[in-house]
Amino acid sequence: MAFTFAAFCYMLALLLTAALIFFAIWHIIAFDELKTDYKNPIDQCNTLNPLVLPEYLIHVFFCVMFLCATEWLTLGLNIPLLAYHIWRYMSRPVMSGPGLYDPTTIMNADILAYCQKEGWCKLAFYLLSFFYYLYGYVEFLKNNMYLYFNFISTNIQKFWVSKKPDSLYFSLVFIL
Amino acid sequence: MSTQGNANPNSSVNNYSMSSTQNGGGAAPCQNGPGQMYPAMYTASSYYSSAPPAAYPTVAGHSAPPTGKTPVSSTGYSGNYYQSSSGLSPYPAPGTHQYSNAPGQSFQQTAPYAMPAGYYGQVYSHPSQGQTQPQPQQLQPNLMPASSGSNLGAPLYPIVSYPSAPGSSQYGTLRSSQTTAGQPPVSTVMPPPPTQSSLQQYSQGIGATPTPAQPGYGAPPLSQAATVNGQSNAVQQHYDQNLHNPMSHHYAAGPPNSQGPDKERPPSGPPGTSVHSSPQHHPGGDSSSTTTDSASPVPNSYESLEGGGYSDLAAPPAGVPAKQAPPFGYNYPTMHPAYQQNPAPKPNPSPSHGGYNPPGYQPYSQPFPSLSELSSALGGLGGVSELEAETLRPVNLLQERNILPPKRAPPPEPNLSNDLRKVNCSPDTFRCTLTNIPQTQALLNKARLPLGLLLHPFRDLTQLPVITSNTIVRCRSCRTYINPFVSFLDQRRWKCNLCYRVNDVPDEFMYNPVTRSYGEPHKRPEVQNSTVEFIASSDYMLRPPQPAVYLFLLDVSHNAVESGYLNVFCQSLLDNLEKLPGDTRTHIGFVTFDSTVHFYNLQEGLSQPQMLVVSDIDGNHLVKDLLNALPGMFTHTRETQSALGPALQAAYKLMSPTGGRVTVFQTQLPTLGAGLLQSREDPNLRSSTKNVLHLGPATDFYKKLALDCSGQQIGVDLFLLSSQYSDLASLACVSKYSAGSVFYYPSFHHIHNTAQKQKFQKDLQRYLTRKIGFEAVMRIRCTKGLSIHTFHGNFFVRSTDLLSLANVNPDSGFAVQMSIEESLADTSLACFQAALLYTSSKGKRRIRVHTLCLPVVSQLSEVFAGADIQAISCLLANMAIDRSISSSLSDARDALVNAVVDCLTAYRANGSNIQPSGLIAPAALRLFPLYVLALLKQKALRTGTSTRLDERVFSMCELKSQPLQQIMRMVHPDLYRIDNMTEQAALHLNDSVIPQPPLLQLTAEKLTREGAFLLDCGSVMYLWVGKCCNETFIRDVLGFQNYASLPSNMTEIPELQTTYSERTRAFISWLLESRTFLPAFHVVKDDASTKTSFFQHLVEDRTESAFSYYEFLLHIQQQMSK
Repeated sequence: MAFTFAAFCYMLALLLTAALIFFAIWHIIAFDELKTDYKNPIDQCNTLNPLVLPEYLIHVFFCVMFLCATEWLTLGLNIPLLAYHIWRYMSRPVMSGPGLYDPTTIMNADILAYCQKEGWCKLAFYLLSFFYYLYGYVEFLKNNMYLYFNFISTNIQKFWVSKKPDSLYFSLVFIL
Repeated sequence: MSTQGNANPNSSVNNYSMSSTQNGGGAAPCQNGPGQMYPAMYTASSYYSSAPPAAYPTVAGHSAPPTGKTPVSSTGYSGNYYQSSSGLSPYPAPGTHQYSNAPGQSFQQTAPYAMPAGYYGQVYSHPSQGQTQPQPQQLQPNLMPASSGSNLGAPLYPIVSYPSAPGSSQYGTLRSSQTTAGQPPVSTVMPPPPTQSSLQQYSQGIGATPTPAQPGYGAPPLSQAATVNGQSNAVQQHYDQNLHNPMSHHYAAGPPNSQGPDKERPPSGPPGTSVHSSPQHHPGGDSSSTTTDSASPVPNSYESLEGGGYSDLAAPPAGVPAKQAPPFGYNYPTMHPAYQQNPAPKPNPSPSHGGYNPPGYQPYSQPFPSLSELSSALGGLGGVSELEAETLRPVNLLQERNILPPKRAPPPEPNLSNDLRKVNCSPDTFRCTLTNIPQTQALLNKARLPLGLLLHPFRDLTQLPVITSNTIVRCRSCRTYINPFVSFLDQRRWKCNLCYRVNDVPDEFMYNPVTRSYGEPHKRPEVQNSTVEFIASSDYMLRPPQPAVYLFLLDVSHNAVESGYLNVFCQSLLDNLEKLPGDTRTHIGFVTFDSTVHFYNLQEGLSQPQMLVVSDIDGNHLVKDLLNALPGMFTHTRETQSALGPALQAAYKLMSPTGGRVTVFQTQLPTLGAGLLQSREDPNLRSSTKNVLHLGPATDFYKKLALDCSGQQIGVDLFLLSSQYSDLASLACVSKYSAGSVFYYPSFHHIHNTAQKQKFQKDLQRYLTRKIGFEAVMRIRCTKGLSIHTFHGNFFVRSTDLLSLANVNPDSGFAVQMSIEESLADTSLACFQAALLYTSSKGKRRIRVHTLCLPVVSQLSEVFAGADIQAISCLLANMAIDRSISSSLSDARDALVNAVVDCLTAYRANGSNIQPSGLIAPAALRLFPLYVLALLKQKALRTGTSTRLDERVFSMCELKSQPLQQIMRMVHPDLYRIDNMTEQAALHLNDSVIPQPPLLQLTAEKLTREGAFLLDCGSVMYLWVGKCCNETFIRDVLGFQNYASLPSNMTEIPELQTTYSERTRAFISWLLESRTFLPAFHVVKDDASTKTSFFQHLVEDRTESAFSYYEFLLHIQQQMSK
């Protein structure tokens, strides 16, 4: 029954990655707004900073899930980003609150460009990993489907053979 | 003329100077005659106030033109004028007659005339005359009036007081009208003009005027008439040159003849005015008029305002005409160039300097304007190209020992046309590291030089055109303020020089309140000056302008009381209470803190101040009582804690409804409450050559507070008077992000450290009385394709090009790094505009606009040729400091060295004809290694020498927030030998003689025991006295018998009545002239222990841990060969 947990991890990662994609898009939009003068950097940092930790935690969370599910390949693919996040947060400016972005330096062209690039790269990464998780999920489903149909069909056969309703009941429960 | 001209300067020069230059003569007349009204009407600030359209008629009434019209009509000449204005009618018969009679014929000969004539012809459209004698036609109008005037002697132009129009003489017509109009005396005088002799007189007169009148030029150009005069002048000038070149001699002689011409001139003014005034011009006519106008001096005058002394304005007739001539022919489209050219030439290159060779004259004249500002002599009169060649001359640094110029080198002149250069922003205000902007980022990368601006936007200016206008003309897409570098496509449209959008010229802008003429948008002061100030309307306010509110936050802990600063501060504030900038709404308040925070109730009606609240300055006596009492109140305090954080929070709450300035005096590490800090400095690491830690803030409390303050328009200035580590790196944030300033007095003590105390007193004096702008923002715009990379200075960056400055003070500078995002290949000029919007202490919302224009180049060699090494060094210093905080000090130092290496490598790679050996730099960059070495030896960036962390951080703050001049003095101080100053090459200013000793290299080699040397480091000055210093110097200047009796802690030079002393003091006060903060002064004896502080500034010498200059060069060479 490799199915249950690993597939569940992929399914969860799929959903969470979708969320991360939204984070990344939000990030990109926010920096674009900064660049085009629509927003005050203080406000913008105040909206961005609270999102940084949740994003990182979500990522950490499903990394841990994959670790538990012993999905080494998937975990390996995520480790670089994980390391980057840790490094990024370690080297953040002196701040009392959570977050990464300092309104006094954010408008520096280098930092702004860096943050924008970071946003795009993350978006790309999350998109790719989204499809990867989808693929992984489907793979598991496929594998499981096979077992699953086997299981169901054997139950149904039993039903016909034994005429005991509980076999049918099992298979129905399983289908549902 | 001469007399009038002279009169002018005295009278109203200041306000009017704008128009004055060429017109000068004309302007003067105005004052004399009816014109007097004008001065009264136009106070400097107010003259623009009247709405052009509405005001215009009234103005006309005052001014000559209207009157002129009426009289003209009466005489019958009026027809001409009006016609001219309308453009329709031919000149009346009389005019023609006169013309024929008049010297006009003689004029015909001159080629130059043809141009103007043609144009007049257009304007006036006299068919008949024009056909017969095209050239004469031009004259006709002029002549006609003159003749008419003479004949009629009509009182028509009573108003026409304009004596000014020297040029008018030529335009007989104009004058005549005036004369007729007006003033009886004038008319009487007038008659003679028609004849050639008269012409000669004119020319003479003109010539004469310039020299004597120089000041006069500065005088107000006020009325339309003035503009007319300008035209007329221009014409005249042509005449003079062309026709009367021989006459030029007369210039010198001028004065004697002058009267005749003068009188005549006045009349000319009015007629001209009438022409201009007429609202409906033929387009052609307008264009012609405009061009001439542009030629007219008017712009100069403004410049003079800005620049201060335009003393040399004498109109250079000769120079002008030649340049002007081309414009005449042009139509509007060409206006831009033509116009720009015109104004430039106008000036007065010639006058003061005497040598007037008509031919040679022009080239010489060009350098002049710039030079005039430099008090110095005529050294580099060469043409631009020569200069460029000079700046590119390869210099082998290893061989050329004496690369230091004898005087502080002036900033390089951008390679622009003369006119553009004349109107360009002063380098003291606005400087670019590369005066030739590279076309592409690739080219910039090749040069390996940083591109950036150094700004001193709120500098104290002696002359500043202030403009009150209902509509401030700005580009509709990029919001650029109209400036001298826009181009007028025609009279109704202008093209933005930053985004190239074509904009409409609003109606109001068509009227020029300075010249009182209509239809000359390019002559408005906004377009004639690259530094202007607008009085902003309510569109520029988010709330009613705030009052000036000052809050003083005083540390009264034991430590503070012990240092005795409170006494000094209270005394200073008492002395300057009345001089605090502000108006009746001004508020002042005090908060003291030790471990607790105390407030004071200064409400009116109290008999004595109660500790409690804040209130206004009307309770003046209460404030004084408090200031008198304060030092005594805490003398016995035993409180050693400091609750700076809570005090600042309280101040923030107090001030947030209004905004204003908080001044914090702090003497120790904050130890209590929010924002408390721990000592982070390890004294054992002070001289570490490894990394210096703790350059950044320990907490973001102060930064956040500063951002909150900035949001509420509160600026926080920090005075740190501490002998112990106080973590300035953290504390300074409160000023850094609220656009405040930081002052640091290490080991301040009122008794033990008198030099510090004096410095503190002087600084306070300046600090309390200097100008201040509240709730300010500054936006920097630049030509499309350029973009802003990073800002340096004290402020909060609110968007990519907008700085938010809660307070702005005249002593802070800013640096801006730029990058080139798109190729600038399709433009030849790059412009930068800094607009500072602020609320003055009087509650007025104002916008100060500076515009800088620089050429764009495509060759690497040109980029090198235009490098401004001082600006580059300052920008690099700023970048290095950012680097040392964000990365590490050693990184920053490496980056600085690499900057030199890369740049010289790039130069070597580029130059094909350079000998391979040696360390070659272009002359423009020959000081680069020296300055970088000096930077590396600054307290901020040095390693290996014991440097306290606070001093290091303070030095960084200074490098980031001081204006360029100050930074350069700090980085590379000036060393002079002053015990043997002679009067050779001395400056003579106002009957004082200021010796000019040459700059010496900063090496102990240059010191001799027999000498006395002055080292000027900007914020501190050392007078080093050698052991065997000549005794007369010690006696006459220092007031002691001999070297041995000199005390080791002298902090000033006594005022002795000896020439020796006077000369020395004159020199020192000349050095201090333009400085806002007076330096501390130390007399250093050769054997005193304090001499290390002197020797640390000798940056070319080797120290234990740092290269000497020569070693540094070798090091660079080695790096380059890698």
